[in-house]
Amino acid sequence: MKRKNTTALLLAVSLMAVAGCAKKQKPQDLPPPPIGAEGNTGAVTAPTGPTPGSQADFIASITADRIYFDTDKSDVDAEDQATLATQAEWLKKYPNTRVTIEGHADERGTRDYNIALGARRANSAKNALAAMGIDAARISTVSYGKERPEALGSTEADWARNRRAVTVTVQ
Amino acid sequence: MRTLPSLLLLAGALFASAASAQITGTVTDESGNQSFVVAIPPLTTPDDVATPAGQTADLGRKVAEIISNDLNATDVFTPKGPAGLRGIAMPEVTAPAFAEWEGLGAENLVHGFVRANTDGTLMVGCYLYDVSLKSEMVRQGYVVGPRDWRRAAHKCADSIYSRLSGENPFFDSRIAYIAETGPKGNRVKRLAIMDSDGANHRFITNGQALALTPRFSPDYKSIVYVSYIERRARVYVYDIASGRQRLVTESPNQTFSPRWSPDGSSILYSMSVGGNTDLYRVSSAGGGTPVRLTNTPAIETGGSYSPDGSKIVFESDRSGSQQIYVMNADGSGQQRISFGGGNYATPEWSPRGNLIAFTRVGGGAFRIGVMSPAGNGEKLLTNSWQDEAPTWSPNGRVIQFFRTTQGSGKTAVMQVDVTGAKERKIDTPVDGSDPAWGPILP
Repeated sequence: MKRKNTTALLLAVSLMAVAGCAKKQKPQDLPPPPIGAEGNTGAVTAPTGPTPGSQADFIASITADRIYFDTDKSDVDAEDQATLATQAEWLKKYPNTRVTIEGHADERGTRDYNIALGARRANSAKNALAAMGIDAARISTVSYGKERPEALGSTEADWARNRRAVTVTVQ
Repeated sequence: MRTLPSLLLLAGALFASAASAQITGTVTDESGNQSFVVAIPPLTTPDDVATPAGQTADLGRKVAEIISNDLNATDVFTPKGPAGLRGIAMPEVTAPAFAEWEGLGAENLVHGFVRANTDGTLMVGCYLYDVSLKSEMVRQGYVVGPRDWRRAAHKCADSIYSRLSGENPFFDSRIAYIAETGPKGNRVKRLAIMDSDGANHRFITNGQALALTPRFSPDYKSIVYVSYIERRARVYVYDIASGRQRLVTESPNQTFSPRWSPDGSSILYSMSVGGNTDLYRVSSAGGGTPVRLTNTPAIETGGSYSPDGSKIVFESDRSGSQQIYVMNADGSGQQRISFGGGNYATPEWSPRGNLIAFTRVGGGAFRIGVMSPAGNGEKLLTNSWQDEAPTWSPNGRVIQFFRTTQGSGKTAVMQVDVTGAKERKIDTPVDGSDPAWGPILP
């Protein structure tokens, strides 16, 4: 039991690393998941494409794993809806897969408020997926506030990239 | 873990003739505040011997440095020395060369000595004189273990500060804060504690889990803070002696922004339920049922008790932007008190009760400010790209906060007195944020 959990965790970490690079490239350009290559486990082999139902498959199958927000805002606009619709479509194909939505804020806010704001954003994305027919029980949320920026500069463009809600599959 | 031994007060508070003495000859700055010129030559020693804390003569100079640094924290004093001042002989401690110090422009004079006792303790004698009146104002003696020699210096500075300013002491107190290392995208954040001047630093958590927003309990025995140890924000109480921590409330929701009630019996915190953040209160003993204090679709967070525990100041964006509100401790009577432009956040009620410190966001800057609990007399104390999260000294005269550097995201614990005249960086081994000032030590 313990060993299995460890394996699952390692997989999740490896896959998240892939997801981290994914947004800068076309999903089709993704390298194969490095699971087998890392030699951590012999449990999974990656033949030619992402394992169906995996995080890598999720990333390869959707428009984007994240939606973006305006300053201090948490509403989901039409573009976000279209992105989330592709996530919902994938989730319907894999009804046993659960996801966590991570809400984030930019650095130009106070710490506690940004945790609350990230929670609001993650919940907006969750509600949108639920409205598309995904069982809310499959979706958990977490807010990181301003603690985990992705763009590391201090420009308007950086802040726009950090005001985000990211959907991550729970493997 | 050891507990801090209480300081032995030998000579008691001998204010002698000082009670009738008038303080004269003080300088007045532009803001109308009096500033006392205080000469602080190195403390002397009756016998220069080795101790676990160093030679007693060296300690005499270091104690004077700490006193000088402490007194320079507020606009009440203009300390001179110990650098550049001559040492004193033992008989001068009780019979100062007043004319000489007056000639140097000193209005007040600190003398003292460090003596190694035969039982291994140190005795620090601490004297304050009015130079022109040639009168003694403070005579204190502190007996400490060698490890606590700095506390004797802080106690001496506290006595001088209180005697001359009429304010309560605050130097002998501690800070909990977050020590930060690592790249901006993946900062390692550790709970850490230190003396009010940054000395005696100690890391508490190992950095495996993101740690945020600590607060010392009123008795210094525990720290309430936020940890992501279970991959989401949750409020824990960390027991310093045992190194164990426990959740303040079992909930599937994220909890954050914790504060103690002044008597330590309750913890005020924020909880996000379905994306909606409100303020809650729960017994700090654990196991109690949380009481919900706000109930709006807006974000309510950053709660802080008034010193008598009867009221709570907090921030809410119910008006469309972050603003500061005051309510009764049971959640009734909510009233907005901030009305300036931009956002107001992180309110903290002064231990004196007379002021609310806050972060004001606007015009491309995050600044620390103060206003009355009714919202009057707003005054901004700092001006920087990003200053936030004020915390009060135990006597309500000084504020610590943290400053973030644009671009690099590097952070530093900063300090400013409540007039805005004296701003300084607190030295920490690595970057620091979220300082929280504890009460004065007994």
